Amino acid sequence: MRFAELAVRNFKEMWRDPLSMGLEIGIPGGFLLIFWALGRSIGDESFLTPIMLVPGITVFGFAFLLMFSAIMLSRDREGALLSRLLTAPLKPRDFILSYSLPYIPIVILQIALCFGIGVLLGLEMTGNAGLAFLVLLVMGICCVELGMILGLLFTVNQVSGVGSAIITLIALLGGIWIDLGTIGGVFYSIGNALPFTHAINGARAIMAYGASFSGIATDFYWVLGYTVVFFALGIFLFRRRMVE
Amino acid sequence: MSYGTNGNYFAIQTFRLSRKFGDLVAVNGIDLSIKEGELFSLLGPNGAGKTTAIKMLCCLLRSSSGTAKVMGHDINEDPMAVKRIIDVSPQETAIAEHLNAWENLNLMGGIRGLAKEEVKKMSEELLEMVGLTKRAKEQVRKFSGGMKRRLSIAMALVSDPQVLFLDEPTLGLDPQSRRGIWEHIAELKGKKTILLTTHYLEEADALADRIAIIDEGKIAALGTPQELKDSISDIQVMEIKAKNLSLDAIEGLKETYPEVKAIEDGIEIRAKELSFYEIVDYLRPMGVTIQSASLKQSTLDDVFLHLTGKELRE
Repeated sequence: MRFAELAVRNFKEMWRDPLSMGLEIGIPGGFLLIFWALGRSIGDESFLTPIMLVPGITVFGFAFLLMFSAIMLSRDREGALLSRLLTAPLKPRDFILSYSLPYIPIVILQIALCFGIGVLLGLEMTGNAGLAFLVLLVMGICCVELGMILGLLFTVNQVSGVGSAIITLIALLGGIWIDLGTIGGVFYSIGNALPFTHAINGARAIMAYGASFSGIATDFYWVLGYTVVFFALGIFLFRRRMVE
Repeated sequence: MSYGTNGNYFAIQTFRLSRKFGDLVAVNGIDLSIKEGELFSLLGPNGAGKTTAIKMLCCLLRSSSGTAKVMGHDINEDPMAVKRIIDVSPQETAIAEHLNAWENLNLMGGIRGLAKEEVKKMSEELLEMVGLTKRAKEQVRKFSGGMKRRLSIAMALVSDPQVLFLDEPTLGLDPQSRRGIWEHIAELKGKKTILLTTHYLEEADALADRIAIIDEGKIAALGTPQELKDSISDIQVMEIKAKNLSLDAIEGLKETYPEVKAIEDGIEIRAKELSFYEIVDYLRPMGVTIQSASLKQSTLDDVFLHLTGKELRE
């Protein structure tokens, strides 16, 4: 469990940067409140109801987490610390785990906060909240693993740009603000091929219509599949970066 | 296992070790044998290939050709075995800025698989050794450059490695901090095999059992500091302090003594045979007033200049 020591360091490094930490936890809650207020302003026909917003905004928050996790790895890669750590007998898997694991508590906090704010705003959950939580948790981990890939491929400055593009992409093609089905065409196909809309639709189906696991199994495995692929790709890229 | 002819065990051996970056040959076929417990220094200017060599020995860079063994383990074939017995203090101060000194040491001990109690004991000793016990619980981003460097060295020692790589351990530090770190390194002499890279002559001279002078990726000379100095004992170095020295006077002197260098308030001349009277007879008619002249002991700088035609600090 040598990687646990590094995971603890990464968690402390994150925790001791209060501004980043505040943003990481607070962004989805803040957006949820803003969009709920917008929805109220638009009126009853609005798509921006708590039941629609909570899964979407939670996933939108993960997009920021993706960028923060990428920056952390990229910053260490650019500095001398990672070089030093690479002289220790750790495997690529250990490094990816130690940079990913500290973000799981943040993912859990984000989901809990969005659920909590959602309930305060009038969210009435029909289905199993634990199952919706699980779908979103896997999506959160998926985003962190994608962050690892970006952190390995790009510099800190580049990550900021690429991360912003990905956040926009998730917002547009994830079905956060609008139902992808109403857009149709190539955007629907691309959005549907990505994991984000599957996580949002799965969670919405559970929350709004009380869907069981079998009802959202395809969405769940879609997201899980991406998570496994991103994790494996992160390990592969790390191995290539370990020895130049 | 690798043994030399005198029965000493070689902790580090390189075999035509080379590394290219595109067309640039950073390390060019170096052969070294470093004995167990030896403090060995790679001395050379920036860009000579010192850090590249260390990175290959630490398994951070693959060799383009040739290989090396660290305590008998091949760096290309069994890097994990090498990583289990080494530690390194990199050229840049590599520390976790938001952790305190204590936590940094725990991190390094932990990732190298040391038990918590063992790390605690080592950390206490090391913090004491580098004089950071009182600041152990402060986040290190508040430390001065010298304190960070001392901690960085302590971090390389926490796992009690058999082989320690110190890459420019005093780079950019003030003379007082540098001497402090020399004392810490001197304490380790004989206890560990240490490969130290530096471009500070005094550092190599003061600390190393043996020195390899490296230039443009090649080993230019190898020996103890005294052996290297003795190797140019037939070269005399005269330092002349003088007034009204003109460029013409220096250029004219170079016709007889090709190695003339302007120094503060005077010149330095190197040659196998030097005649003070001949120099005075030449300079005086040119209006130069000689204030003093002295013969210098050979230094490693002289050795480097003699071998490469360059100064170490160029």
